[in-house]
Amino acid sequence: MEAGESLLFLLRERVGLPGSKNACEQGECGSCTVYLDGTPVCACLVAAGQAQGCEVVTVEGLADGDELHPVQEAFVEAGAVQCGFCTPGLLVAVHDLLARCDDPDEPQIREALAGNLCRCTGYEKIFDAVRLAAGRSR
Amino acid sequence: MTMTQPLTADGVGASARRPDADAKVRGDFAYSSDLWHDAMAWGATVRSPHPHARVVSVDASAALALPGVHAGLTAADVPGVNRYGLEKRDQPVLAEDVVRYVGEPVAVVAADTPELARRAAGLVEVAYEPLPALTDPERALESPALHEGGNLVRHLRIRRGALARADVVVTGEYEVGMQDQAFLGPESCLAVPAEEGVELYCSTQWLHIDQDQLAGCLALPKEHVRLTLSGVGGAFGGREDLSVQAHACLLALRLGRPVKMSYGREESFAGHVHRHPARMRYEHGATRDGRLLYVKADILLDGGAYASTSAAVTGNAACFATGPYEVPAVEIDCRSVYTNNPPAGAMRGFGAVQVCFGHESQMDKLAAALGMDPVELRLRNAVSTGSTMATGQRVEGPAPVAELLRRVADRPLPPPAADDPRLLPGGTSNSTRADRLVRGVGYGLSVKNICKSAGYDDYGTARVRLFAHEGEAVAEVHTAAAEVGQGLVTVQAQIARTELEVARVTILPADTEVGDAGTSSASRQTWMSGGAVRAACLAVRARLLERAAALLGEPAGALTIGGGAVTSSARSITLAELLAEGDVDETAVFRHRFTEALDPETGQGDAHVAYAFAAHRAVVDVDPELGSVRVVEIACAQDVGRAINPVAVEGQMHGGIAQGLGLAVMEEIRLRDGRILNPSFTDYLIPTTMDMPPTVLDILELPRPDSPYGLTGVGEPPLLSAPAAIAAAIRDAVGPAAAAALDRIPMTPEAVATAVLDA
Ligand code: FES
Ligand code: FES
Repeated sequence: MEAGESLLFLLRERVGLPGSKNACEQGECGSCTVYLDGTPVCACLVAAGQAQGCEVVTVEGLADGDELHPVQEAFVEAGAVQCGFCTPGLLVAVHDLLARCDDPDEPQIREALAGNLCRCTGYEKIFDAVRLAAGRSR
Repeated sequence: MTMTQPLTADGVGASARRPDADAKVRGDFAYSSDLWHDAMAWGATVRSPHPHARVVSVDASAALALPGVHAGLTAADVPGVNRYGLEKRDQPVLAEDVVRYVGEPVAVVAADTPELARRAAGLVEVAYEPLPALTDPERALESPALHEGGNLVRHLRIRRGALARADVVVTGEYEVGMQDQAFLGPESCLAVPAEEGVELYCSTQWLHIDQDQLAGCLALPKEHVRLTLSGVGGAFGGREDLSVQAHACLLALRLGRPVKMSYGREESFAGHVHRHPARMRYEHGATRDGRLLYVKADILLDGGAYASTSAAVTGNAACFATGPYEVPAVEIDCRSVYTNNPPAGAMRGFGAVQVCFGHESQMDKLAAALGMDPVELRLRNAVSTGSTMATGQRVEGPAPVAELLRRVADRPLPPPAADDPRLLPGGTSNSTRADRLVRGVGYGLSVKNICKSAGYDDYGTARVRLFAHEGEAVAEVHTAAAEVGQGLVTVQAQIARTELEVARVTILPADTEVGDAGTSSASRQTWMSGGAVRAACLAVRARLLERAAALLGEPAGALTIGGGAVTSSARSITLAELLAEGDVDETAVFRHRFTEALDPETGQGDAHVAYAFAAHRAVVDVDPELGSVRVVEIACAQDVGRAINPVAVEGQMHGGIAQGLGLAVMEEIRLRDGRILNPSFTDYLIPTTMDMPPTVLDILELPRPDSPYGLTGVGEPPLLSAPAAIAAAIRDAVGPAAAAALDRIPMTPEAVATAVLDA
């Protein structure tokens, strides 16, 4: 590990978990969102050293073996995935949102996902996916 | 066979599941930036800090002295022709004696780690002798030539009819800023030296045109430059030109070792072309009752340092400068020029977006001058089937322009703003209150060509193999068509399911081992590669029926395929049985009808395969004092011909509207002396969940007579008139006095506040 290396670099280039994405590496896009000890963070903003001893869950950790997590399944079914580069970060953000609130209204969804950029979908299908997943988990 | 119902589950017309979606939601989908090879080195690029300079010397010795740095290459190391380009090969892979824009690649290095490669790039010493920079496109034609032949890339004139005296004349000058595609997946690739030549895994919109250019630069026969598409994180035009490809191949071939390259966000802003900034002068003449008599337009596009697709963008801007309206007389001049600004090229909408802001602004101005409702004025002049466009081409096929506009205009308006700061201009910064807001409503109508134009011999190729696996027939589809997020892989599978009536379809990775598919742009790929897959499936079907006819002793015409079997009146034989004697493997090439080049003097000609149309209505709330804008709702109506995958069509519309909103109110690459001032997502803002309003879609399906399944391209139209409609809504909100000054997009809060203050 080199000094100043980010958690995102560690995950992608050293641990072989490239699921978390690197669209900006400046904390602006959310494509690198992972759980750090249960809290969603931008992995590009966390120094790798800071993560020492912490539990990190990435998009690769959401599914239960062959079984997609309901949030993942909802993204697929709702058409919320186009190029999919934003998807890993959004899945973690939505997973977290639904863990905190099982019936978010639209302004709540928009606010919760405001840090996750998507260039393809215009977000509508992502909102559909959140509602679909929320409805199923209630 | 009629195609109005999906014959097979998840066939044509169904919102079938994306075949790549599971991998994408698991984080297992390999984008080009995820590629890995155990032995790989990392490449990095040395770029010009000057907009225009002579390159005196390049010295990589300090970089090469670092342990772990293995190569430092310059123009002298390019084995083939050091030029590439989509229309004109005018762009060096690595600069020779001159650099023409800030960010132009001058040298490339390779090292063991990305960090080391970046450091090495910083140690390459380049001596420059700065030259005067040409950054104002208005001065391009009188300035010293940046390229042999002068600074004009293309001038297209369109002349039709005689300009008549008009009762009412309105003039206007409009400007469109430089927009970035801002795809999220950075430019990246992995080049692997092979026994013969090189294998390249990359994200691109068109594998074969990359191959063609690379073969020339690398001095290799084309078949020794083999490309495979890796995961593409969005494109929107920005991946039509080469970026990392040639550099990575050069390094890999020099080192005899795989080389990976991947840009960061800042480098990405320098690493791809952008939407052409435009300056447009318009004059519209009309009768007192609101019939257009003539349109004059003078359009200048800043092409930046290299040609890229400027000539075709110029053609589009000229052809669609008058919009989807019947105009008896036109006088259009559209020029693109070289400057020392970053190169401009393809972006979704391709010239039609810029002029749409111009012609729609003019239609509103004309409506105001006539005292007429802007919707009524548009309806009165809208083209329909049989109308003649500015280029003299007759509109064939569905052209429901008036209907599209009526549909968005007739929708109920959203309720007034509630006092929830999240839904007000400025958002949670709590800068305004509902009672300070003014609301506005605006409309936009648009037209664009679908597929390539002006005599280009365009085609798609598909190979379809049907084989038996575990007692079941499986179809395997192979094309070189680039899946860039739009869902092409889904559509290809749907077509195979429908045509072959098999449930199991495999889509092979796109590569250059199969024939050319053409580009994933111009809203053409479902039409062209979809058409090719369909043609290959029909050939497979015919072969299957021949085989069955021989076995069953009945003429092929008496047989039907369905339910995994071929059936005659008496007997039936399963596809798996039929395939026991061997796979059926067919390759087909699909072409659309021929078009012609435009007449160089008059700009007349049947240059376009098809026209697509869209209508937008935007509703905005504006705080006039602060100039802050919230787009409250956007409605879009579009004719898609036939929705092959309705959810994917909606996704294209939502995404196009979002990019249009970005251009309308927030997105612009700001330049000073040719340098990009905001190359990050901190400073170049794209719409977030808080910026996007609810979007209301109205999808018409009027089948075309000349395309597979009646479809037409859907990717670009939903963007085209979104900026124009939003701009019109902002003008409507602030009132006519302030509106006059709002002649530029993006309409920033500063521009709006200033216009209100000065009014
Ligand atoms: S990559 Fe971390 S926020 Fe963009
Ligand atoms: S799906 Fe492409 S960025 Fe979101």
